[in-house]
Amino acid sequence: MDALDLARWQFGVTTIYHFLFVPLSIGLAYLIAFMNTLYVVKNDEKYKKLTQFWGRLFLLNFAVGVVTGIMQEFQFGMNWADYSRYVGAVFGGPLAVEALVSFFLESTFLGIWIFGWDKLPKKVHLAAIWLVAIGATLSALWILAANSFMQEPVGYVINNGRAEMSNFFALLGNKQLWVEFPHVIYGALCTGGMFVVGISAYKMLRKHQTEAFKASFSIGMVVTLVGSILTAFAGHEQAQHLMESQPMKMAAAEALWETTGEHAPWTVVAAIDPGAKQNAAKLEVPYLLSVLSYNKLSGSVPGMNELQAKYEQEYGPGNYIPPVRTTFWSFRVMLVSGMLMILVALLGVWKMYRGKVLNSPRFLWWMMPAMALPWLGNLSGWVMTEVGRQPWTVFGLAKTADGVSPLVSSGMVLTSLIGFTVVYGLLAAALVYLIVHFVRKDDMAADASHKAHANPGNPALPIL
Amino acid sequence: MLETLWFILVTVLFIGFFFLEGFDFGVGMLTKIIGRGDTDRRVMINTIGPVWDGNEVWLITAGGAIFAAFPNWYATLFSGFYMALFLMLIALIGRGVAFEFRSKLESARWRATWDWIIFFGSLLPPLLWGVALANLMRGVPIDQTTNYVGSFWDLLSPYAVLAGLSIVLLFLLHGSLFLSLKTTGELRDRALGFAKRIGAWTSGALLVFVVLSYFETDMFTRHGIFPGMVPVSAGFALLSVPFLIKAERDGWAFIMTGLTIVLSTVTVFMSLFPRVMISSLNPDWSLTIHNASSNEYTLKVMTIVACSVLPFVLAYQIWTYWVFRKRVTPADHLDY
Repeated sequence: MDALDLARWQFGVTTIYHFLFVPLSIGLAYLIAFMNTLYVVKNDEKYKKLTQFWGRLFLLNFAVGVVTGIMQEFQFGMNWADYSRYVGAVFGGPLAVEALVSFFLESTFLGIWIFGWDKLPKKVHLAAIWLVAIGATLSALWILAANSFMQEPVGYVINNGRAEMSNFFALLGNKQLWVEFPHVIYGALCTGGMFVVGISAYKMLRKHQTEAFKASFSIGMVVTLVGSILTAFAGHEQAQHLMESQPMKMAAAEALWETTGEHAPWTVVAAIDPGAKQNAAKLEVPYLLSVLSYNKLSGSVPGMNELQAKYEQEYGPGNYIPPVRTTFWSFRVMLVSGMLMILVALLGVWKMYRGKVLNSPRFLWWMMPAMALPWLGNLSGWVMTEVGRQPWTVFGLAKTADGVSPLVSSGMVLTSLIGFTVVYGLLAAALVYLIVHFVRKDDMAADASHKAHANPGNPALPIL
Repeated sequence: MLETLWFILVTVLFIGFFFLEGFDFGVGMLTKIIGRGDTDRRVMINTIGPVWDGNEVWLITAGGAIFAAFPNWYATLFSGFYMALFLMLIALIGRGVAFEFRSKLESARWRATWDWIIFFGSLLPPLLWGVALANLMRGVPIDQTTNYVGSFWDLLSPYAVLAGLSIVLLFLLHGSLFLSLKTTGELRDRALGFAKRIGAWTSGALLVFVVLSYFETDMFTRHGIFPGMVPVSAGFALLSVPFLIKAERDGWAFIMTGLTIVLSTVTVFMSLFPRVMISSLNPDWSLTIHNASSNEYTLKVMTIVACSVLPFVLAYQIWTYWVFRKRVTPADHLDY
């Protein structure tokens, strides 16, 4: 493989890995802020314990999210130097603002929240976790502003052989940003919600602090229900916008080679043959694609062959069709996991309403594997978004292949790719081990630090 | 005009990073050097617990600022110093996670593993930043397409390695003085003792580095043999440290190592200005604040954002230090 392919792999691996942690951080931050608020308002110790229990898990997850985020910022310079030179004057802006406005806020107030339990008035301490949640959300906003520029470039002019920012507010007002941002944030709420639901279910099955975890289970379930329904609506908006901004991505997500007739059917599954540019077999639902695309029963959807011809006229010769199988299947994985999540949440809320949660051990048991659903949705959604944009990094403006660092050797990229993959793998193993270890204990404050003094292995210092 | 302002702002961000993370890198290294046993190490990590993450954001912001304000510098620097940056990222990743993971299990082996990661994770970044800064001052092979054409090993000249070691020593000194302010009892005595022992070595290394800079860089030919008040004050600040320790003024001693870091950083960037990366192949191929910068509009927007946000950042970060101003003792609840 050459440096370009390796750099792509590195971007894919490090970005997907980073995005395992980001939505959970955002979603869980709000759930914890809410539990902390209940503690301050009701002055009920149960909520303090819950806040600290989920806080511990949040911190473990947050730590990995933060450190892998540093890699995200620097690899544009390492592997994509020509991309950085070409669009840095636009794309760098939101990244710098993210660090200035959000990272400082998030990390400083998280430190204050963790260490400030006994040192600050309750309300000031509560404000700290809310600021962390807001900081995390703003962070997503700025990153998505940068990503939206890649999907739909606005607010720039081409000058001196590169893209230069010409309107900051256009970047912030990008239509793409305002369909993408809600979708991601609602998805993050589901991730936090299902995480709390799954682990609370385990704790209830084990009869650990059942009353407290029933409370967090309920909070998680309601958040997941609201979040998953909103995600679906936001996703629908986003898909409709895609018809205007990146019809090729939509066509690939549907494996649609030829432009449809007046009433476009939606393909459920298909055997795709990208070489022959056709589908060997497919299962369709009539009218549904027209409905999805335009909110009405009629409306033709352009296929990849027509769009390819159009782009060749517009941008010159080249292959403008993204990897169809990946785009098609990732879209379906996202849809199915999202739908299942809505079903799970509806069922869960119904059981809560009837007061039957604790009487349904089988349902509780199923909540553990169901924790995977939001992650499947988040990751496949991003795969569809990023792979479906190929061959472009910035749609219509810059191709991925032209952005790679010209003098970075494939050996260097390979070394760092292996290095990061191994390190990330070890981190994941350590993190999972810690989470499992912590969750299994029937002790809500089960944290080594609270027992430091009881540990006979630590000789007391002479000054004590 | 705005290009100069952004050069100054980038300098300020690096000052923030080196000053603040300087002591937490120092503390990270010292956990292995003067930390005896688990309680010691936990106390030490907890002295920087509430702040190290915020300190690291200064680096992330510096990176973002370079990307936005000087995209060509960002591209050339980070693709050019590829392997060095790779090592630094691995170090920062391991270190950040280690702080969080270390104390979550009682197992001695688990903790010993993360302790080594904290040690090397705190040692490598300052070492590599020293190497990087020395190479920036000295010039590196950059061709006419503004790409770095050397290899990783080209960066490791004796001069650059000495710069790395000097920074490591300076941060160890800075970190041990920070510990002397934040701990009590025997641990505090050991921190002070270590600061005393290392003071002379730090001054010596930096002195040799300055002398070598005369031969290796164009700093003195550009600014004259008297380099100006800034570097000279940096030297005096550093030399005053042993006396302040002896006089039991460790607060002042800490301020003085901080001042040394601030003024040395200013010196490095002053010796570069208006260049940001010097080409050793042809001075005309150097990157300057003019040919590496963004367009006027981007800089203007970024200036407005930075000037309205930075004061708040400074205010709440200072507040954090105020909230956690007390010394950490083994009797405290230790989060990390």
